[in-house]
Amino acid sequence: MRSRDLGFRLSIGAFAAALLLIVTAIGFELARQSWLSIQRFGFDFWRTSTWDPVAGEFGALPFIWGTLYSSILALAIATPVALGIAVFVSELCPPVLRAPLIFLTELLAAIPSIVYGLWGIFVLVPFVRLLETWTPESMRALPLFSGPPLGVGMLAAGLVLAVMVVPFTSSVAREVLKTVPMTQREAAYALGATRFEAIRAAMFYARTGIIGAIMLGFGRALGETMAVTMVIGNNPQVSLSLFAPQYTMSAVVANEFTEATDALYLSALVEIGLVLFIITLLVNGLSRGLIWTMARQVPSKVAA
Amino acid sequence: MNSLGTVAPRKILSALFVAACALSVALALVPLAFIMFFVVSQGIQSLNLDFFLHDPRPVGEPGGGMRNAIVGTLMLTGLAAAIAVPIGVVSGIYLSEYRGTRFASAVRFAADTLNGVPSIVIGVFAYGVAVLPFKHFSMLAGGLALGIMMIPLIARTTEELLLLVPNALREGALALGATRAKAVMTVLVPAALPGIITGVVLALARVAGETAPLLFTSFGNPFFSTSLTQPVSSITVQVFSYAISPYEDWHRQAWAGALVLVSIVLICSVAARMATARVARIRGGQ
Amino acid sequence: MNRPLVAVPRPPASSAPQHQEGQLKIDVDHLSFYYGAKRALEDISIKIQPNVVTAFIGPSGCGKSTFLRTLNRMNDIIPGARVEGRVCIDGGDVYGQGVDVVALRRKVGMVFQKSNPFPKSVFENVAYGLRINNMASSRSELTGRVEESLKQAAIWDEVKDRLHESALAMSGGQQQRLCIARALAVRPDILLMDEPASALDPIATQRIEELIYGLKKSYTIVIVTHNMQQAARVSDHTAFFWLGRLVEYGRTEKIFTAPSEKLTEDYLTGRFG
Repeated sequence: MRSRDLGFRLSIGAFAAALLLIVTAIGFELARQSWLSIQRFGFDFWRTSTWDPVAGEFGALPFIWGTLYSSILALAIATPVALGIAVFVSELCPPVLRAPLIFLTELLAAIPSIVYGLWGIFVLVPFVRLLETWTPESMRALPLFSGPPLGVGMLAAGLVLAVMVVPFTSSVAREVLKTVPMTQREAAYALGATRFEAIRAAMFYARTGIIGAIMLGFGRALGETMAVTMVIGNNPQVSLSLFAPQYTMSAVVANEFTEATDALYLSALVEIGLVLFIITLLVNGLSRGLIWTMARQVPSKVAA
Repeated sequence: MNSLGTVAPRKILSALFVAACALSVALALVPLAFIMFFVVSQGIQSLNLDFFLHDPRPVGEPGGGMRNAIVGTLMLTGLAAAIAVPIGVVSGIYLSEYRGTRFASAVRFAADTLNGVPSIVIGVFAYGVAVLPFKHFSMLAGGLALGIMMIPLIARTTEELLLLVPNALREGALALGATRAKAVMTVLVPAALPGIITGVVLALARVAGETAPLLFTSFGNPFFSTSLTQPVSSITVQVFSYAISPYEDWHRQAWAGALVLVSIVLICSVAARMATARVARIRGGQ
Repeated sequence: MNRPLVAVPRPPASSAPQHQEGQLKIDVDHLSFYYGAKRALEDISIKIQPNVVTAFIGPSGCGKSTFLRTLNRMNDIIPGARVEGRVCIDGGDVYGQGVDVVALRRKVGMVFQKSNPFPKSVFENVAYGLRINNMASSRSELTGRVEESLKQAAIWDEVKDRLHESALAMSGGQQQRLCIARALAVRPDILLMDEPASALDPIATQRIEELIYGLKKSYTIVIVTHNMQQAARVSDHTAFFWLGRLVEYGRTEKIFTAPSEKLTEDYLTGRFG
């Protein structure tokens, strides 16, 4: 019986090992393919802004700029909305509305990114173009709003990313708020707190998990490809302006991978993919760590 | 101490906060409504029998459909499932059976990591492993990329579902003299099977909507093809190329393709929800 | 029936404060309470004088905690809660029109069964009520009030050197006294205590009971307890609840030595519970 159990464990363990193998293989393969570019350019790869495949010049600064700018912008827009939804659904709304609202926010998460992109090109971009044309001259002078009103650009990308990030952050924040013991809110109410103050006490208790939820949204935004590439304009420039068409790491890989005719070009693109892999690994790892820490703390706090 | 004076601004703040939360909900539902409205209204116009029965016409010629793309998506997801279901389900079984071990923690960590890897990066990996050595794009490479994405989803849902199966079932089987292997495979897994299938269906719906990993693995094909070793069209990639093209007719077909995608997602989500509700009701009655 | 049913250790009569007749602190008039369709409290009427300790006793599920929570409208946060009848505190019905619930809860403080300090420092826990109610106009006033409350709760000496360390690092008994300090900081008139010592060891319990005795001079205290001996030790009046009804209410000595209702006697002698 013992040996049969061992056989069972080994054979299913082999499949689990395959999972482990795949993840390490991804890391290795990316590193291997980008080695040419890493050797050639070193750290300058990330400091130069000239991306000229024809001339063999590859500077990836615009892409990391674009990725970080669009993701942080998305986070700034999405976080208050997502937390507001989480609070509303878990603390404020009538119980009968709870399930439908949760279903609807999950639907937002399930829409394929290409559909977001399609809607982005044909509905959001014209709308943003309109917004940009209406911007008063006084604001246009600022670097944040400079440039022609094309519609495609950082603002459109930030907006579409924000919509995509909201359901992720909101559902994790909601789960986290559920684990806050009711007695925390009761303690606040008993001291004469208003609804807002009591919920604030609950959110303070859950702050680690909420930060984890926000980071998760950040990770999502960093890796998004299709919706972004369809509305950001795909121009490798470093610009502060929300109106300027720019480029992200995932977008350049998606657009130019099949056009990479020589080994160096391909290697440069893979290096961009490698760095994207590492960044999302770190952000997601940190987020999961925060949420796990929160989950661990709760029982011990209650057992006081 | 006049308490009335100090309470009023606090109460206003509290009311504003509640209003702001309600507003956020509305704010999130607006784009949802917008997207659904456009997808349905624009897509339904071009959704006719031709769409499902014909392949694309050459550039500039009106008409044609997405038959090759629809079949392509079906085959790609089928391939993905063939790769992901064995690895995912069995890994999930391992994770739930040998929970506390260090190896299981490592595997779980790897699964969560894989879940967070951007789909474009998985496409690059699949390119290096399945396209470069053979020097051409293929359905197999696309299926591999999608399969890799499905594995962690299936593994985690399988693990969670197996943990939900009441311990009494396992103990009952072991008490009758079953080995661990038999207890798991003949009692626990069948008990969790409805949920596992639901998880697989949801994962399928998720990868059916993926575009980035297919861009340089299955690549795309203007013709109908069912060959494993040739590039193949898919709904998502086709919608992408149509959307960025300058042709009105192709734009309309892109909306129709989007409608098909959203319908697949909706149907699978609702079916999954109904299935879990049904299981919960059956469990509740026990 | 003059033999005491439960040994009642009482402090000497001269140290017990005299009641002021005719000046009711809490006057409950035919109160019924419903969770949706289910009736949890049935037609309760009780009059509580200021500066006495009243104990609510009864078997679990009899409604004593539910009734306690109607006094500061804590049940409002439960959806489907409904009240009939009146709860008058200092003459005004707290369920009347236009009553400011936030101000009510400041005046009627509550301590819970399981201590529930916020995940903040000792100082910040006590200061919380003061901050949200804008009760201190300067940092020095805030610090002074915090110290005063911690002294009232007989925990100042233990925490004065670690005011800014986490409240969660203390023992259960200390946390509960901290929660009492937190409640006292906002200067309530009435203190409601829902089985405050049930999760504590005997020594910590004794300290809480001594504290209650000391607080009686300045506050009206209502304490829910499932421990009859505790009720006998600590309270001036006792109310016995059973299945959502108030069965008997009177001076603690009388209830424990010569109860009028058979049900009360059965409970006290352990025939059910």
